[in-house]
Amino acid sequence: MTTAAGYNFGYLDEQTKRMIRRALLKAVAIPGYQVPFGSREMPLPYGWGTGGIQVTAAVIGAEDVLKVIDQGSDDTTNAVNIRRFFARVTGVRTTERTTEATLIQTRHRIPETPLKDGQILIYQVPIPEMLRWLEPREAETRTMHALAEYGLMHVRLYEDIAQHGHIAATYDYPVVVNERYLMRPSPIPKFDNPKMHRSPALQLFGAGREKRIYAVPPYTAVRSLDFEDHPFEVQRWDACCALCGSRDSFLDEVITDDRGGRMFTCSDSDYCRNRREAGHAPAVTASEVSA
Amino acid sequence: MNAGEQPLLRVAGLNRSYGSRVACADIAFELYPGEILAVVGESGSGKTTLLNCIAGRLRPDRGSVEYDIRDSGLRDIWQLAEAERRMLARTDWGYVQQNPRDGLRAAVSAGANIGERLMLVGARHYGAIREQSAGWMARVELDAERIDELPTAFSGGMQQRLNIARNLVTHPRLVFMDEPTASLDVSVQARLLDLLRNLSAELQVAAVIVTHDLAVARLLAQRMLVMRGGVVVEDGLTDQVLDDPQHPYTQLLVTSVLRAA
Repeated sequence: MTTAAGYNFGYLDEQTKRMIRRALLKAVAIPGYQVPFGSREMPLPYGWGTGGIQVTAAVIGAEDVLKVIDQGSDDTTNAVNIRRFFARVTGVRTTERTTEATLIQTRHRIPETPLKDGQILIYQVPIPEMLRWLEPREAETRTMHALAEYGLMHVRLYEDIAQHGHIAATYDYPVVVNERYLMRPSPIPKFDNPKMHRSPALQLFGAGREKRIYAVPPYTAVRSLDFEDHPFEVQRWDACCALCGSRDSFLDEVITDDRGGRMFTCSDSDYCRNRREAGHAPAVTASEVSA
Repeated sequence: MNAGEQPLLRVAGLNRSYGSRVACADIAFELYPGEILAVVGESGSGKTTLLNCIAGRLRPDRGSVEYDIRDSGLRDIWQLAEAERRMLARTDWGYVQQNPRDGLRAAVSAGANIGERLMLVGARHYGAIREQSAGWMARVELDAERIDELPTAFSGGMQQRLNIARNLVTHPRLVFMDEPTASLDVSVQARLLDLLRNLSAELQVAAVIVTHDLAVARLLAQRMLVMRGGVVVEDGLTDQVLDDPQHPYTQLLVTSVLRAA
């Protein structure tokens, strides 16, 4: 196992890792609570995953196997760069297979393959404060968290139903962790919210610009907010994946030409590839969709 | 008021200063259920500071503000935990600002504005919340058809009525009003005052109204306090104070009102 010369293992110095680990311990002890931490400058811009990368750097060990996904995919710029970064500064093995990974850093998705005991899912979070657009005063939102006054969140959901006839929020959907803290699940689609509930994996959230870390320990209740007469629902598609034929996974719409042609494919590239390798194919062909 | 009745609010020895400037000095009064008290005085006389101190928004330097909490009787609101005080403020109290836009949420519809308090205290049935919002819009003489419009689509007077509905939806027993009609033109003022008078009679809600307009006090309040330089210079029944003012400042105030006819 070799690492690039001149760099400490995991890029960050030991004191910084220690500080982040302390914040992580506190975050795990109080599920959903935002713990402030001294976010460092990282060699990538804010918004590209500076929070997630610091959390990963603080927990990664020589025996870990790292997977990085961006919008579910292993081969987009953000994922490729962060994976290569950690391969260089730690020398750990990287993978695209969800089942092989011990650490998964993610931007905006939870893998379709169910996570298992011992895995750690690390989210890149742009804005950790769920109440921000409703209550701009930070001192006030902290008081609201302290006193568990979350009724205001329902005002937003009410407004959605009033304007659209149903809860139109599709991502960044508010959840309550362990029946206590309101949490912003980073901008994952609400399709993924049910996967957070009692997940066997440890879920860590890092927001670099906002200098906050929060966590959902394994097997913790995560409930999506809703109304009694408008229960929480995930989105559904009429189409199936044009490559593997899956009807259960989160689908991306891909524009194929400028005459209205389009196809839907799995957002989780590893899941899609596994299904194709296992012999799954779409019931209708891609050409039929674009015709 | 009945002699044996317990006051809803009892203020004693209330003091508040900003540095060396005294805004409220040794203020004491009682307010009984269903009673409307007007606090009048010129700008800078400490009216709004007094209102904020008794509404739990500004901590007084000295003195007590006791409120008759539904199941535990008279308790000093500044001795309560912050959670209890905030709970009172969004259930048993209302607060109507001079500028309705300070009280309303501009980004959400009229219905959501009225339903907000219901959701804050745990209502989780969309249909029921909406029904109550529509009911309250009708009670404050707004067209319930406009329930999904943003507050900015309503006129100033309508916004103030929306603000009042939003405060009354949890059936508070005490409403604080800071110049509720000052930002409105005269004809709209008259209609709003009429509405406030009917609502307070119908709901038996007590109110403390801060105003510099003696007509508002005359129309709505049973009793009034006259403040000047942070001190209450005269208090008593509204008609008595206005018809037979004793203190020179009150006499000045009463005689300086312009009479159109």
